[in-house]
Amino acid sequence: MSDTAIDPRYGTKPPKRPLRLSWGDERVRGIVYQILVVGIVGSIAYWLFSNTMHNLEVRRIATGWGFLEREAGLPIAEFLIPYDPTDTYLRALQVGVLNTLKVAVIGIVLATILGTILGVLKLSKNWLVSRVVGAYIEIVRDLPLLLQLLFWYALLQGLPGPRQAIHPATGVFLSNRGLKLPFFEWEGPHNWALLLMLIGAVGTYFYRRAARAKQMADGQPRAIWPAATVMMLVVPLGAWYAMGAPFTPDIPALRGFNFQGGLTVSPEFFALLLGLTLYTAGFIAEIVRAGILSVSQGQWEAAEALGLPRGRVMNLVVLPQALRVIIPPMTSQFLNITKNSSLAVAIGYQDIVSIANTTLNQTGQAIEGIAIIMVVYLTISLSISLFMNWYNSKIALVER
Amino acid sequence: MIDTIRARGQLLCGVSTGLAGFAQPNSQGVWAGFDVDYCRAVAIAIFGTEQNRVRYVPTTAQVRFTALQSGEVDMLSRNTTWTLSRDTSLGLDFTATNFYDGQGFMVKRSLGVTAARQLDGATICVQPGTTTEQNLADWARSVRVNIRPVVIERLEDNIAAYLAGRCDAYTTDVSGLAASRSAQQVPADHVILPDVISKEPLGVLVRHGDQRFADLVRWVHFGLLAAEEFGITAENAAGLATTDNRPEVQRILGRTGGLGQMMGVDNAWMLNVIRTLGNYGEISTRNLAPLGLQRGPNALWTTPGGLQYAPPFR
Repeated sequence: MSDTAIDPRYGTKPPKRPLRLSWGDERVRGIVYQILVVGIVGSIAYWLFSNTMHNLEVRRIATGWGFLEREAGLPIAEFLIPYDPTDTYLRALQVGVLNTLKVAVIGIVLATILGTILGVLKLSKNWLVSRVVGAYIEIVRDLPLLLQLLFWYALLQGLPGPRQAIHPATGVFLSNRGLKLPFFEWEGPHNWALLLMLIGAVGTYFYRRAARAKQMADGQPRAIWPAATVMMLVVPLGAWYAMGAPFTPDIPALRGFNFQGGLTVSPEFFALLLGLTLYTAGFIAEIVRAGILSVSQGQWEAAEALGLPRGRVMNLVVLPQALRVIIPPMTSQFLNITKNSSLAVAIGYQDIVSIANTTLNQTGQAIEGIAIIMVVYLTISLSISLFMNWYNSKIALVER
Repeated sequence: MIDTIRARGQLLCGVSTGLAGFAQPNSQGVWAGFDVDYCRAVAIAIFGTEQNRVRYVPTTAQVRFTALQSGEVDMLSRNTTWTLSRDTSLGLDFTATNFYDGQGFMVKRSLGVTAARQLDGATICVQPGTTTEQNLADWARSVRVNIRPVVIERLEDNIAAYLAGRCDAYTTDVSGLAASRSAQQVPADHVILPDVISKEPLGVLVRHGDQRFADLVRWVHFGLLAAEEFGITAENAAGLATTDNRPEVQRILGRTGGLGQMMGVDNAWMLNVIRTLGNYGEISTRNLAPLGLQRGPNALWTTPGGLQYAPPFR
């Protein structure tokens, strides 16, 4: 936005006219009106705030953030960071934020992949494929998401109990308690290996940029995968091996009421993820389809006339142009997944809304609780928006 | 407050969204139950009749306090546990304990569990935003039992998850367990474990700031207790009002003493209430006996183990 003030026809800022202190001056009027509007909005906000605080005070309803330090005493089923009911409300809320992020991030990735595939399939020349995909898109887009979530949750509850669990391979159990997968004991060296892998991924990115720059200079394409393999796989594995190669398998087994050990995908999380992914993929498919259709047939033909193979035509010619159309509505869909994840409370997945709701109910501090929920969603949504806007401006065609 | 309600012509009463025996609309859509009878009793005390005088506002566990704080309802008669922090930090007042409850567990009979301690490693369904949730965590910690919670907001969805086998046990107040159990096709398939892990004094709440209305709600409850104590029933109340010569009975039924006027209502307030709804025992029998609930601590203080006690009407 910063360069909109520059008129592209001049390439420089227009000279500023000196300000005349007179009602006849358009700019003076503008400034006065703006001060007025900001003042009115500001005083309304101040009045709302002070009125609320006054009424809370009069009714002796507790306010403030002191409750965050108090012991929560809430049982939480799923957590990414260690949590115990003796921890504080603050910790419980952090667990909730991470649970929201977990389902939102995985949901965005899966919905994007599935939606893109469906969008391409809907353009298929095969009558059956395009109609089946079309029917799917219509169905998921037309039914309320809450209904779909309850449907998936009910379906997952219909699975057999833990003692009659479906058991297709060693350590894999599917029951109404969720999906159990074998894993291994997570130890210190694994953290280091993961960190090295992330550093390797960043390194690969810069390596690729450098390789691209060289290709621009001399026209020689360079393979990236050898360096990528070394940085993201060989080095982390080597470090893990050097630190004693710890590996203790953790295989789930039925003990008492439930399975112990291994990785768990709970029915609540899975139903939410499934519902969000399938629902949003329907919208993304339409966006992708529209994006591809927005690139004129002439572009395909021109690119093919240059002798480019079909894959490269897609990657180098069609997709860069389609993405310009796809990215902005895609941002809305990513925001929708994040916000819709708040329906989790209906099916018992403890996201930030669920935990903040419980917190405000236990402490009675509704305003603070709602404020926390709003700040969390605002932060996540703005982050997604900022990232997508950055990406959008990066891929935008440079026009003059 | 009483004047506001009178001017409006209706009492706004917050009840639960549907709990057999306590508050549930019947097949004609008419609300009935123990908590509902308290709404009716207060309305009768104010208006002399309950015909179209109560509007029931179903509230979930999570919105109930906000509904009362914001004035959406005048009183909350919704199996709400009296705790210190709720009494002090919500800007609300508990009037009296009209039902002594305690938290328990329900399991399927086929599970073969006979005591709560055997639930180690079990998955337990619980509603969020209730003392139940924290009691569960406290209990698990104190007896060193590992539990996995499944926290679902709506009561119906919670029961459905328990029935589908998503949870091994379902926990809430024993009265709520009995209500849910009685609603099942074969109640005998489910067992309420003998362990009671908490004290749950349930009562009616009103907003801070209007002691007169709080007094009225509190004394309607005491009036119902006193009526049971003195043997005043729906059937004989009208007769006793003119014939009984016990001074306290005369004061309760408004023949002498002018107690109603002190409360800001008609002197026949309790007579009207008892004539329509019966005394505490009758309300209890009508609503809770079908669930298979014993009176237990909710018997009058004159019965061994009973805790319900009314201060003197004078």
